[in-house]
Amino acid sequence: MAMNNVGRPTASVANDAAAPTTFSGARGLLQPTSLIFETGSIDRTGVDLPPVKGVQSRLGGLARQTTTGNPGLSEPEAVRHYVRLSQRNYAIDLGMFPLGSCTMKHNARLNEKMARLPGFADVHPLQPVSTVQGALGVMDQLSHWLITLTGMKAVALSPKAGAHGELCGMLAIRAALDAQGQAHRRRVLVPESAHGTNPATAVQCGFIVDEIKAAPDGRVDLSDLKTKLGDDVAGIMLTNPNTCGLFERDIREIADLIHASGGYFYCDGANFNAIAGRVRPGDLGVDAMHINLHKTFSTPHGGGGPGSGPTVLSDALAPFAPVPYVVTRADGTLDLVEHEADSDGEPFGRMVAFHGQIGMYTRALTYMLSHGADGIKQASEDAVLNANYVQACLKEHMSPAFDGVCMHEALFDDSWLEGTGVTTLDFAKAMIDEGYHPMTMYFPLVVHGAMLIEPTESESKASLDAFIASMTGLAKAAKSGDTARFTGAPYHAPVKRLDETRAARKPVLKWAPPVEATKIAAE
Amino acid sequence: MRYLPLTPSDREQMLAKVGVASIEDLFLDVPEIARLDGPIHDLPFAQGELAVERHMQRLSNGSVAAGSVPFFCGAGAYRHAVPASVDHLIQRSEFLTTYTPYQPEMAQGTVQTLFEFQSQVAGLLACDVANASMYDGSTACAEAVVMAARVTKRTKVVFSGGLHPHYRRAARTLAKHSGLEIAGLPIAINDEAAVLAAVDQNTACVVVQCPNVFGTLTDFTELAKAVQAKGALLIAVFTEAVAFGLITPPGEMGADIVAGEGQSIGNSLNFGGPYVGLFATKDKYVRQMPGRLAGETVDADGTRGFVLTLSTREQHIRRDKATSNICTNSGLCALAFTIHMTLLGDKGLKHLAQLNHEAACETADAVSSIQGVELLSDSFFNEFAVRLPGDAAKAVEAMAAHNVLGGVPYSRLRQEPGFENVLLIAATETTTAEDIARLADTLKKVI
Ligand SMILES: Cc1ncc(COP(=O)(O)O)c(C=O)c1O
Repeated sequence: MAMNNVGRPTASVANDAAAPTTFSGARGLLQPTSLIFETGSIDRTGVDLPPVKGVQSRLGGLARQTTTGNPGLSEPEAVRHYVRLSQRNYAIDLGMFPLGSCTMKHNARLNEKMARLPGFADVHPLQPVSTVQGALGVMDQLSHWLITLTGMKAVALSPKAGAHGELCGMLAIRAALDAQGQAHRRRVLVPESAHGTNPATAVQCGFIVDEIKAAPDGRVDLSDLKTKLGDDVAGIMLTNPNTCGLFERDIREIADLIHASGGYFYCDGANFNAIAGRVRPGDLGVDAMHINLHKTFSTPHGGGGPGSGPTVLSDALAPFAPVPYVVTRADGTLDLVEHEADSDGEPFGRMVAFHGQIGMYTRALTYMLSHGADGIKQASEDAVLNANYVQACLKEHMSPAFDGVCMHEALFDDSWLEGTGVTTLDFAKAMIDEGYHPMTMYFPLVVHGAMLIEPTESESKASLDAFIASMTGLAKAAKSGDTARFTGAPYHAPVKRLDETRAARKPVLKWAPPVEATKIAAE
Repeated sequence: MRYLPLTPSDREQMLAKVGVASIEDLFLDVPEIARLDGPIHDLPFAQGELAVERHMQRLSNGSVAAGSVPFFCGAGAYRHAVPASVDHLIQRSEFLTTYTPYQPEMAQGTVQTLFEFQSQVAGLLACDVANASMYDGSTACAEAVVMAARVTKRTKVVFSGGLHPHYRRAARTLAKHSGLEIAGLPIAINDEAAVLAAVDQNTACVVVQCPNVFGTLTDFTELAKAVQAKGALLIAVFTEAVAFGLITPPGEMGADIVAGEGQSIGNSLNFGGPYVGLFATKDKYVRQMPGRLAGETVDADGTRGFVLTLSTREQHIRRDKATSNICTNSGLCALAFTIHMTLLGDKGLKHLAQLNHEAACETADAVSSIQGVELLSDSFFNEFAVRLPGDAAKAVEAMAAHNVLGGVPYSRLRQEPGFENVLLIAATETTTAEDIARLADTLKKVI
């Protein structure tokens, strides 16, 4: 063994023994964590406030007599708590996050910086409009970008996420039908492959969902669609590119059919990243489409939001856009139309308290200005190329769900796993050990054991090659009977596989003091 | 383009591997008439950071930042001091750039913070169970209404006249398409008796707010009992979460569903969004709740861990039978909320709430001592209503010309005859004695 001059070994010793459990509960750099309720206390605080003055209160007898029970931590304790927790998360900043349908692309920090400028972040939604021209300017410019990129007539900015945008578009359709005396049109056609939010949205708008079948090539079955048309059909909700990662090549015909039958065409724009800057949905016959700014325009997902779902509208639906919206006055200043009575159109109502997600608009606008029309087009092309490259490299080892090229995501089924004893879920958990966030699994529902891989344009070729090598290694391991690698996975994550069934059977949805917790468990 | 790693030679090699000659070959499914000849016209080309920053900075300069002037706006959004560590922590890559925790083994950071968030919200509101967030207070309110209809299988909704008008509109937009009948009571500063009188056999819920849009505090304990005796649910709404550091929380008054805005803890004004909707209810209604829920479980070794749970309520499993269509919610804003709440703790929150109340009391004294200004709220937390001798919107404009953001005219929220002169004024711990003096002076000048 090599020794340095004080007798300290300088090379490591091979050690096959199992890692000992530590006394601290840490695993090296991975620090132990606890709940704030276990480490904090209600008399501790991490915020220094000026003393109270003892002013006579005017609470009308409603003074709170109880504790919230919420523990406090000093600032160093709090910072450590959250930093330790953060280290139990995977993130796009750490590695590839090929979660299909979710467009996990790079989140530029310039966007964060711009969103925090005081003229956007420190502005109240109800300040006089003369004092918020900058914030309104962001909304106005973002609208211009969205309308131009989609070739549509207008955009309703206020929806708070994709699903809320769907609600916006479908309510506009409802309002348009009501205005035409077509209120009896209640049936909405939704492909089986649709995201769950589509049927859920349709029902929230008072519609009835009628599923249309997928053809063997992964697209809408036109003949099934034709049989379902009728004078009670309000419209269709179609994702394009669809959730199988394919462009609906009959989309113009679908639009014509639905229009000819008196219905409207709602397009789920979650997959706009494949075509932004290359194809304008307005040229495809779309009447309404939401855009997930938190996908295509890179506003960060933040562990589940906030999102933003601006919804572009055709000439036919634009008059029904909800309040509020921004208008330009004759003198060039910007104004807000906030009351339905002040509108030139026939707004279907109001969706939210204020004007939408300004913090997301600033980030998205920064993204757009950075990319430009040329960069947005290039990004879409790279996203599509990356997905096709992954598909081409993996198709020898895994089974693509459909033949031919794909758009921005590559879809595989689980037929290639047949007889291996490994499921899509097991395979996904083994990817965690490989240091990758798994692809979207078991969605879309039309493909058995679906694995939907969306690399996005943010991955370099080297990064894709490393991913492909890892996936290929896993695929070979699955086929060669190395089942334990999968069924016991993950082995290298901060926790082993979590028991989701138990969580649902005996829900523990908030912290309870240990005595109470034992009591609940005993029941 | 600085965000795109592929080089021209990478692209060539990759196209070859795919087996196509050019990128165009990957877009052949696009109908010919929709194919563009180049980048979309009428939009600028790519720019470097410096140029983009200049553009955005110029836009930002076009707004008057709340922090740069005496500031008294509330009406659903409140300016509070957020500790520096909050914004730092939420910008950690692992929180900022991760997705909804669909793979809990690599998202324990997110799921555990959601579990802690739910616990804190339940404690704050004194409710059995809280979800992992909604978009904002107004959409939480809308979802509460349709949930109440599901629970009671009834179709009438009663809105109190003290409910924030935007919440009322947003709830109405959603509710009317679920086939619900809406009974909106006349705008009033206190209408408990009218609310109860409007409840009948078919009433699913009544929606009340405390503190209400005029700042007034009302004890709903008796109302809740009376409403529940008629088989309906009481939905308690709030727009200022800090209030519950000082006033009786809605759960203690017996509310069945509590829906409100969490922005004022951890989050900036952001011109109205993103914010964070808080949603809580009784255990017996948990399976009718909208939105995500984090729950405790164990891993294969028996170690404690957290997962998203009870998802059979949600759209990705139940599709057209889901309790809501919500998917992406307000994750990062909920994280900011939970970090700020952890820094405050019960003690800090109570202290903060007291400071808010004192600032509002002092502001109310200063303003109501002006000749012709009438204080309309006899009880309040950090916001109150006054009646001016003339149009409140004009007074606010005139104050803005003197660089004072002196509150929100009620008419901004709803054009209601008889309320043109009503001004809503909020004060928080950020309000200084000098700000209050400036407000009083300026208001005196402009009315
Ligand atoms: C195809 C599709 N539609 C709709 C949505 C809903 O969007 P959001 O989560 O922003 O509500 C998603 C994303 O989750 C999606 O992938």
